[in-house]
Amino acid sequence: MDRIPILKMGEFLLVTIQVDMHDRLAMTLQDDLTEKIVDTRARGVLIDISALQMVDSFMGRMLGNIAATAGVLDAETVLVGMQPAVAITLVELGLSLKGVRTALNVERGMALLRKAGG
Amino acid sequence: MDASKLATILNRYETEILNDWIAEQTNAMRSSAGSISEREIRENAGELLTAFRGALERGGRRDLSGPEWTRVREVLGELSAASATRGFTPVETATLVFSLKRPVFSRLRREFGRDAEALADEIWSATELLDQLGLYTTEVSQKSREEIIMRQQEEMLELSTPVVQLWEGVLALPLIGTLDSSRTQVVMQNLLEAVVRTGAEIAIIDITGVPTVDTLVAQHLLKTIAAARLMGADCIISGIRPQIAQTIVHLGVDLANVTTKATLADAFTVSLRRLGFGISTMPVKTSGASE
Repeated sequence: MDRIPILKMGEFLLVTIQVDMHDRLAMTLQDDLTEKIVDTRARGVLIDISALQMVDSFMGRMLGNIAATAGVLDAETVLVGMQPAVAITLVELGLSLKGVRTALNVERGMALLRKAGG
Repeated sequence: MDASKLATILNRYETEILNDWIAEQTNAMRSSAGSISEREIRENAGELLTAFRGALERGGRRDLSGPEWTRVREVLGELSAASATRGFTPVETATLVFSLKRPVFSRLRREFGRDAEALADEIWSATELLDQLGLYTTEVSQKSREEIIMRQQEEMLELSTPVVQLWEGVLALPLIGTLDSSRTQVVMQNLLEAVVRTGAEIAIIDITGVPTVDTLVAQHLLKTIAAARLMGADCIISGIRPQIAQTIVHLGVDLANVTTKATLADAFTVSLRRLGFGISTMPVKTSGASE
């Protein structure tokens, strides 16, 4: 079964979603990421969803959950590279991901994490 | 009745009917605002009558949707569209068709003479057919008008939602007119695409040109802001008129999480400051000095 790779960059974790997300993959990602945060004592997580073309309500909720879980473990989550269509869909679904920080691309997201980390 | 009887009559008296009909039309057109030459009336009438006769001969029933009537529908469609662009009202176009009644009925009367029952039957079925044709012209002109309105609406939608770049990283979205859900969709899409294209961090939504803000409009605004935030851009609402500020509070719309400014200039200053730019005055050069 395929997994989404989680890369460690200093004190941050980088997740790049390059494939079509399906429900089980999202669940696996949540599990893997939570463990990895604990293992590496990461202070920030950067999730790049620029390749994600479609979301449904489950995926939207999953992204929110991942961010919330990371927050419990004291790691800031930044969601970067969301496509316009995806953003519109999420808003129409009523999922505006209030607790998640966002940035336009990986570079800005990194800058945001660094600033937040102090 | 069978339609072929009408066809026979049309065949027999074709020229007479045509001439009478043209006379009727010319009479009716005299008071109209549109302009059409006698020659054109003659051409149109001839073409329509031929098509009508053809349909009847091919055994067309009273139902205009049958394949026998295709040619008639085409001719009528062209005629109605043309007269709409010439400035005729739908009523006048329909009158063109209805004015065929008198010539046809008088020929029918001549044909049947005293047989009142048969005459009544014939006239009734002829009326039914001609009424349908007349209504068809109305439908066509209505449809062409609706198409024009739709096209204009789309054009307005395109025209009224520009996204302009004020500075590196600052976009402005001056909204003019009421925000309904289809417009919100366009606004959102334009804004998000501009955010991707320019890499903007701040978008200023200026609502000076929005005449009223009700709960629905506010909700649409909030949606747009939420979508922009998901893409990593912050939104500032500017151009809130005093009246609208009061309305927003009265309606209980929660704009607490959104930066709001009274004017676009204020919003722009705030955006510059957030991006680390500042505005300072410089000593004005005296008029004699060269650059």
